[in-house]
Amino acid sequence: MKKYVADWIVTENKRINHDHFLLKVALNESLPEMMPGQFVQIKIADSPNTFLRRPISIHYADPLNNEIGLLIQLVGAGTRKLAELRKNSRLNLVFPLGNGFSLPDKSPSIKRFLLIGGGAGVAPLYFLGSALLRLGHTPVFLIGAKTAEDLLLIEEYEQLGAVHLTTEDGKVGEKGFVTNHSLLKTNSFDGIYTCGPLPMMQAVAAYAKSFNYPCEVSLENRMACGIGACLCCVENTVSGNRCICTEGPVMNIEQLTWQI
Amino acid sequence: MADLNVKIGTLSLRNPVTTASGTFGYGTEYLDFINPARIGGIFMKGTTLLPREGNPYPRMVETASGMLNAVGLQNKGVDYFISYIYPEIKNYPTCMIVNVCGSTIEDYVACAEKIDSLEAIPAIELNISCPNVKEGGMAFGTDCKSAAQIVKAVRKSYSKTLIVKLSPNVTDITEIARSAEAEGADAVSLINTVMGMAIDVDKRKPFLSTVTGGLSGPCIKPIALRMVYQTHKAVKIPIIGMGGIANASDAIEFILAGAAAIQIGTANFIDPTISVQIVEGINDYLDKHGFHSVRDLTGALE
Repeated sequence: MKKYVADWIVTENKRINHDHFLLKVALNESLPEMMPGQFVQIKIADSPNTFLRRPISIHYADPLNNEIGLLIQLVGAGTRKLAELRKNSRLNLVFPLGNGFSLPDKSPSIKRFLLIGGGAGVAPLYFLGSALLRLGHTPVFLIGAKTAEDLLLIEEYEQLGAVHLTTEDGKVGEKGFVTNHSLLKTNSFDGIYTCGPLPMMQAVAAYAKSFNYPCEVSLENRMACGIGACLCCVENTVSGNRCICTEGPVMNIEQLTWQI
Repeated sequence: MADLNVKIGTLSLRNPVTTASGTFGYGTEYLDFINPARIGGIFMKGTTLLPREGNPYPRMVETASGMLNAVGLQNKGVDYFISYIYPEIKNYPTCMIVNVCGSTIEDYVACAEKIDSLEAIPAIELNISCPNVKEGGMAFGTDCKSAAQIVKAVRKSYSKTLIVKLSPNVTDITEIARSAEAEGADAVSLINTVMGMAIDVDKRKPFLSTVTGGLSGPCIKPIALRMVYQTHKAVKIPIIGMGGIANASDAIEFILAGAAAIQIGTANFIDPTISVQIVEGINDYLDKHGFHSVRDLTGALE
């Protein structure tokens, strides 16, 4: 897939909660094809200390308005700069990067997929859920967070399919972690996709393995170039160290060497 | 339009802007962004006699105006390079240079001999300055005697342009440069990364799996520039300067300090088109200041 570098214009920058924001940016021309699970590398302007680009997964792509959405967690100085961006600011992106989730064929038999997200890891699952729906399949969301405050844009996910929730204090949804949710005991699926904190994804991978579900995880290894040149973001796989910026960020759990 | 052509040994570069090993892959990774015909050359990823898996993750951490890496020369080995990568890159319209590294003198020599037979590779860059491998690498480049030994051995078995890449992690870089020159190096390139480290205070652990790593980016530029300046006074062979170059003005500083050509490293990660922009910037500078050739600018510090 061809990669591009270009300036985008901020169309909206909306705070979601105390440490997340939704940044919408538009391109002056038609969007190239983008796959759910792919990411962009954002240049942080006028910030010499945080000079590396920030890799952010694509939350949605809207080809009608040449717009993409980026659901971003405030982590440090780089993301703080992005949170401060006003409408009409310019933002330089390298895009689209990475492989994306593997999508099922469009087929007459409807398949049911479980999409498990935690924290800002829910971002690419919205794009993925929309794509699955378009292919005639059923996405079921299972989203976990520490507290109700930390659940992001749930009403938008509800428009794509059933949404099941967990919070650690149990105030919303079931109490505990996503892998303890009763849904997993009573339902079966044609496959699982997950994105979120590493311990969560490893627990999901262990669950998927025990039920022999095909399972893909989206990794977040620290990266520099984003295009497979620097070899910094490697994940140890069954075929050696592989860059997650080109051979990921999405990997099938069969490729990984996780001790689960 | 000024004359941008420069000579490094028998090598003729269409302009002085090249890309640094380890930051540009094999050039292939950047074809969506730049036309290789616009730049002087590409120094490809460090290549060793046998395949190397590199160091465990995490290998990179951002620091103030820079980054630390500890990739550890991950590559598939010279035979894989010859069979699978060379056929793809041999027709790229720029100078394609292999960066050669090893654990022993014999490794370096064997690797260089294999590259010597490749028609489309006009030069090698002998990496005696990689800080991220346990054996070899920088160990050869921090001592005049071992630097001399390795350059001498490779010079005997390698017939084309031999560039020796120097480490800044030494007391006096000019002594190492002189040793390389005395044993027949056609040019020296400097600097490789500066040894450094960073600690995650919440975890009370180093950020890198190897504890220490190589620092690159704008934060090392003054160190690199000083070393190019000193080395220019110490040797007669051409210098390829690098270390934190992020724009044309930075590149011109290196040329004024004595570099015949420059390499762009970490800046490629921030802007994949930066190398071409720097070529244009140097050309504009030469026109604006009335220089006929970029060669007149080398060491032209007043």
